[in-house]
Amino acid sequence: MFYRRAGLLHTRYQDERQLWPFAFDRGLVGCVCLVLVVAPFLFERLYLVTYLLPWIIWSTAALGLNLLMGGAGQVHLGYGAVIGIGAYASVHMLRAGIPLEIAMLGGGLASAIVGCLFGAAALRVKGLYLAMATLAMQYMVDFIISHFEIISGGTQATLQVPPVRFLGVPLSSDAAAYYFALGVCVVVTLFLLNVKRTSFGRALAAVREKDYAAAVIGVDSFRFKLLAFWVSSFIGGVVGCVLAVSYYRAISPDQFHIDLSIQLVAMVIVGGLGSVLGSFFGAALILFAPIVLNHLVGLIADLAGLPISADLRAHLPLMLYGAMIMGFLLWEPLGLAKIYNNTRNYFLVWPFRHAR
Amino acid sequence: MDMSLILELSVNGVFVGLMYALVAAGLVLIYKTSGIANLAQGALAMMGAYVIWAISAQMGAPMWLAIPLGLVVMFGAGILTERLALRRMIGQPVIMVIMLTIGMEIMLRGVLPGIFGAAVKKLDVGIPNDPLFLGDILINRATMVGGLISLGLVALAIVFFNSRLGILMRAVSDDQTASWSVGIRVERAIAIAWGLSAVMATTAGVLWGATQGVDWSLSLLLIKALAIAILGGLDSIPGVLIAGVLVGLAESLATGFLDPIVGGGTRDVVASTIILVTLLLRPHGLFGREHIERV
Repeated sequence: MFYRRAGLLHTRYQDERQLWPFAFDRGLVGCVCLVLVVAPFLFERLYLVTYLLPWIIWSTAALGLNLLMGGAGQVHLGYGAVIGIGAYASVHMLRAGIPLEIAMLGGGLASAIVGCLFGAAALRVKGLYLAMATLAMQYMVDFIISHFEIISGGTQATLQVPPVRFLGVPLSSDAAAYYFALGVCVVVTLFLLNVKRTSFGRALAAVREKDYAAAVIGVDSFRFKLLAFWVSSFIGGVVGCVLAVSYYRAISPDQFHIDLSIQLVAMVIVGGLGSVLGSFFGAALILFAPIVLNHLVGLIADLAGLPISADLRAHLPLMLYGAMIMGFLLWEPLGLAKIYNNTRNYFLVWPFRHAR
Repeated sequence: MDMSLILELSVNGVFVGLMYALVAAGLVLIYKTSGIANLAQGALAMMGAYVIWAISAQMGAPMWLAIPLGLVVMFGAGILTERLALRRMIGQPVIMVIMLTIGMEIMLRGVLPGIFGAAVKKLDVGIPNDPLFLGDILINRATMVGGLISLGLVALAIVFFNSRLGILMRAVSDDQTASWSVGIRVERAIAIAWGLSAVMATTAGVLWGATQGVDWSLSLLLIKALAIAILGGLDSIPGVLIAGVLVGLAESLATGFLDPIVGGGTRDVVASTIILVTLLLRPHGLFGREHIERV
């Protein structure tokens, strides 16, 4: 119906290699990009700042984590700490007067270095033990950030982000901050879309499937695991900087707790391991489902006159994250991306289901 | 340094460590039978404490009835978890199973405070709160009783692993397919392991609930239990006892000596440090079997 795939054969290598071989997909991507670009003029400020901006930023973070979890098959339960390191490093650089362009990369580098230190644990242990090592890392980084006053300025302190300019444009207005986050998101997305087609991406896939086998065919699994940690932590650090500069604008230690890591893991799993599109879906669901559900419960309570305690409503998001992680793992282990893909595959050959 | 202060910190640390060991023993029990680490163990402890609080305070049952009733309920909950969630995950990669238990942990952390209210609940099991003096050493009576009960239960677990059922479970952990083919009911063994581990977590939850009150923070026992289980070796119950004592000591001494220097909070980070150092130096722990593949 939408795709008109029948008889579509490639005659040139360029056609074969393109990211979206179907015209319909290209159109869809174009439409979404167009909406995202004109969003500051299209939507009210409330929707832009409280829904669209966090979605863009968390999607970028989920993409970074997805490279590690879906791409290289390494569990990481401390990605929130990685983001925190990036945020603190870049904010300190900004306060020292370093321009944002460099501070952003500096934050990424700081995260990458610390992430690699802990990723070194990944080179000795894997699977279950790696999950525990990264969990321990999360708690240690939490402790260090909040207890060393030179980093956080004390347990209760918040660190104000000074007014910054990116490529000469001050990021004080909402639209500018939004475009900054969108730009980073586009770069990361393009990188991840392409990484699967490079030798790096193929090596990661080999390591993910079976690291012995990868070593046998000549992939240095030591090197590529460390590299995966490096790249993923770098993205995390950059996201930390974006988060601090364009969304939080003042950072405090409690923003990067274990809850953030778990939320990110939930985004990756709900969206779909190893899928770029899935990261966006997952971030949207994890961010917005609790809000929608909370409103829904409130509405039902009002309509039916049921007394619903504040405690219950306060804990709804946690219940929902947990239930969604469990539910997706049990019934659709590849997440929303798989559901999307199934629908797409159905329509690819619709109405001739026998034609493949 | 004051000798009696060190002694006091050590004695109390050992008892606290033994209480942590109870949660860790549940972790080890599940790992030993099914080869997965249950990251929801802390949440199970919290759930147990909530259930017993609900039975005693909300339904008005006396404590001597509420505790056994709660243990039975939790045994059933453990078996149900295995039946409904874990059994469907057989054959899935280990990441997925870990994530499932994390999902369970998050959900329980939301469901129980959501239903029963987030305020700290008082759970009175009848252990007197007044401190005990041994010479000039002050001992917290609640932790002492808790530690001794834990010691007894973990010792019971060691005995249990030498019983017929325990040997069966060890066979399952060794090779699930082989034990299945000689007629051992693997699913049942794993289900019983989950039930027993839920019972252990509940006991730990009650003991901790009696000392610090019942609220969501009981699920933080997970990180201490992980430290103990990893330090002792994930598949060794005697290892749990020794590692429990070590972790308790380290935590108590760190709180006593490092807190004044860095300004508090070292208690939370000791367990993490122990996990990381153990994994880097000796991934199979002190007493675990060396079966981790190095890459």
